[in-house]
Amino acid sequence: MTVTNLKLLSEKEDRYVEGHRLCAGCSEPIIARQVLMATDKPVVVSNATGCFEVSSSIYPFTSWKVPWIHSAFENAAPTIGGVEAAYLALKRKGKMQEDVRFVSFGGDGATYDIGFQAISGAIERGSHFLYVCLNNEAYMNTGIQRSGATQRGAQTTTCPAGTCVPGKKEFPKDLTRIIIAHDLPYAAQASPHNFKDLIEKSAKGFEANGPAFLNVVAPCPRGWRFDSAKTIEISKLAVDTCIWPLYEFENGAWRLTAESKRIAEGGRPKLPVSDWLKSQGRFSHLTKEKWAFVADEIQKNVDKKWDELLKLCKL
Amino acid sequence: MQNVAMNGDQAIALAWKQIDPDVVAAYPITPQTIIVEAFSEFVADGLVNTEYVCAESEHSAMSLCIGASAAGARVCTATASAGLAFMWETLYIASGMRLPIVMAVANRALSGPINIHCDHSDSMGARDSGWIQIYAENVQEAYDNSLMAFRIAEHMDVRLPIMTCLDGFITTHSLERFQPLSDEEVKKFVGEYRWKQSLLDLKHPSSMGPFDWTDYYFEHKYQQAEAMKRVPGIIESVSEDFAQLTGRKYEFMEPYRLEDADYAVVAMGSTAGTLKDVVDELRAEGKNVGSVKLRLFRPFPAAEIAKTLQGLKGVAVMDRAMSTGASGPLFPEVRSAMFDLKDRPRITNYIYGLGGRDIKPEELSSVYEQLMQKKGDTINYLGVRV
Repeated sequence: MTVTNLKLLSEKEDRYVEGHRLCAGCSEPIIARQVLMATDKPVVVSNATGCFEVSSSIYPFTSWKVPWIHSAFENAAPTIGGVEAAYLALKRKGKMQEDVRFVSFGGDGATYDIGFQAISGAIERGSHFLYVCLNNEAYMNTGIQRSGATQRGAQTTTCPAGTCVPGKKEFPKDLTRIIIAHDLPYAAQASPHNFKDLIEKSAKGFEANGPAFLNVVAPCPRGWRFDSAKTIEISKLAVDTCIWPLYEFENGAWRLTAESKRIAEGGRPKLPVSDWLKSQGRFSHLTKEKWAFVADEIQKNVDKKWDELLKLCKL
Repeated sequence: MQNVAMNGDQAIALAWKQIDPDVVAAYPITPQTIIVEAFSEFVADGLVNTEYVCAESEHSAMSLCIGASAAGARVCTATASAGLAFMWETLYIASGMRLPIVMAVANRALSGPINIHCDHSDSMGARDSGWIQIYAENVQEAYDNSLMAFRIAEHMDVRLPIMTCLDGFITTHSLERFQPLSDEEVKKFVGEYRWKQSLLDLKHPSSMGPFDWTDYYFEHKYQQAEAMKRVPGIIESVSEDFAQLTGRKYEFMEPYRLEDADYAVVAMGSTAGTLKDVVDELRAEGKNVGSVKLRLFRPFPAAEIAKTLQGLKGVAVMDRAMSTGASGPLFPEVRSAMFDLKDRPRITNYIYGLGGRDIKPEELSSVYEQLMQKKGDTINYLGVRV
């Protein structure tokens, strides 16, 4: 059982340390530190190009206390796959003894869009690694452009809200379910506000007998337009509105976890999506009467996806 | 060892089997496919101890190679044409990270129009990617280059990736007799792999592929240029060792009947073999002609080219690729190498054989005729219907 006692966690040595150049209020270092706390085994990290990579490795400095590699935008999965292949070969030849874990971090651009094929291939090949998507729902590193993870109605610099178009026209792709369709040993959605849930899922991912995937909502104060003190609050709201349900897929079984489980069981209110939309500047135009229908559509879509998830979880 | 008959792809797979690299990650593409198929059989029969990864694309294949090489493994792969083009981004990462990956390139035309046959547009497109490039004339050279490539790339003074190029179909698929080394000889010649820095060195964690700002990027690129400068010296010493073992001595280029020649044609790959026959025929007619086969394209042996071609009256450079809107890619490099010579020969360019168009001896004879008659434009297209 994973230790998720806060006191004990606080005593663990950090594998990702201060000095990085991520924005105030960025959720990415919070998530990465929690993920890396979930195993006591040695880890090797690969990182897709993006905020998290550029901010943690500005030469000659690094925030990484563990072996770390960045290659390109779309190839964090095969890059760590190569490290794993070397590890397997060297182990077989008696040149390596340690029991090592492998983890990749990529943003939603790297994961939903440009690197999707490479991730799908790595999972199909049964690479033994944990892929963590830091999902801030747009290309934040290049200045907030739309991605396949961007919510309908959200403004980005490539889908601005104009007089004719209310921000992004399309709903985000449901990547977690697409990944689960690979029938891999473990996949889950998590949020940084619930460190216990996130760390337990990470631990399962690290110890899964094969590829594991963790999609983590990663609020971005700059891109989403909210006060940088509210990152954790916003993460929690994503779960409470069912915009971002917490669940896991473990060896074929779907299971809701944490707050999402309590919402499904009636022990916690399911907040309206309007609370979510009101909390962030990227949706501010949706309060106009002209675009009210967009907010309704988002609510309908969230309800539809939630109901589907309940069925998958046999609830 | 006894002579054996194999095609170029099989010979490369044999070289890899004898080397038994730690990791091979590849994606099949014509005309490289036989290499990965043959190697898969070695894996299936337990004849190698390699971790073999069938990637879902060439981009991922090279990414796997990068991860494996960064983790301290001896790594090789193979590709061709569109596959090499798809790798393009990661080629620069492999060289920028100073990873000694060995890659066989079965030279094939780039789309479009789609075409599976030989030309050099694929590897010429990758000429600026920081990889060493060596071209083979025939199966024996494809095999020999595959062995020497590991020694060159992995040398501690180099640590750069290397492409061993061979002509698609012409060399990859033609059955030729050649002389392989024994497994023991190969193992001894290539030696054990040593890593310089490894991600799996857990006691000394390193951050590889970090973000390089304006304050360091240029220095790191300069270091690559410096490493490339050391390559010719390393190739010479590796070739010397190889010659002692096999009796086959490889220089940066192979001049043929050039000593008293007035006119020469320069080519890379299998065409250089055809050229030798043409030279013999013309010599029999009393014509003072020779040829030069260029083996090493990156780093470009400019000084040696100038020395070799000095004193000639006319030189034609054969390019099996073109930089559309300019010339063939080899031509300006050869011409530039000769710029400082006191008596520069007249130098012309012949773009030929694109998309696997056969190059016939009589066409090559016509190039010599044009040289001797001081005819031909600066840039000519040979064997094309216009």
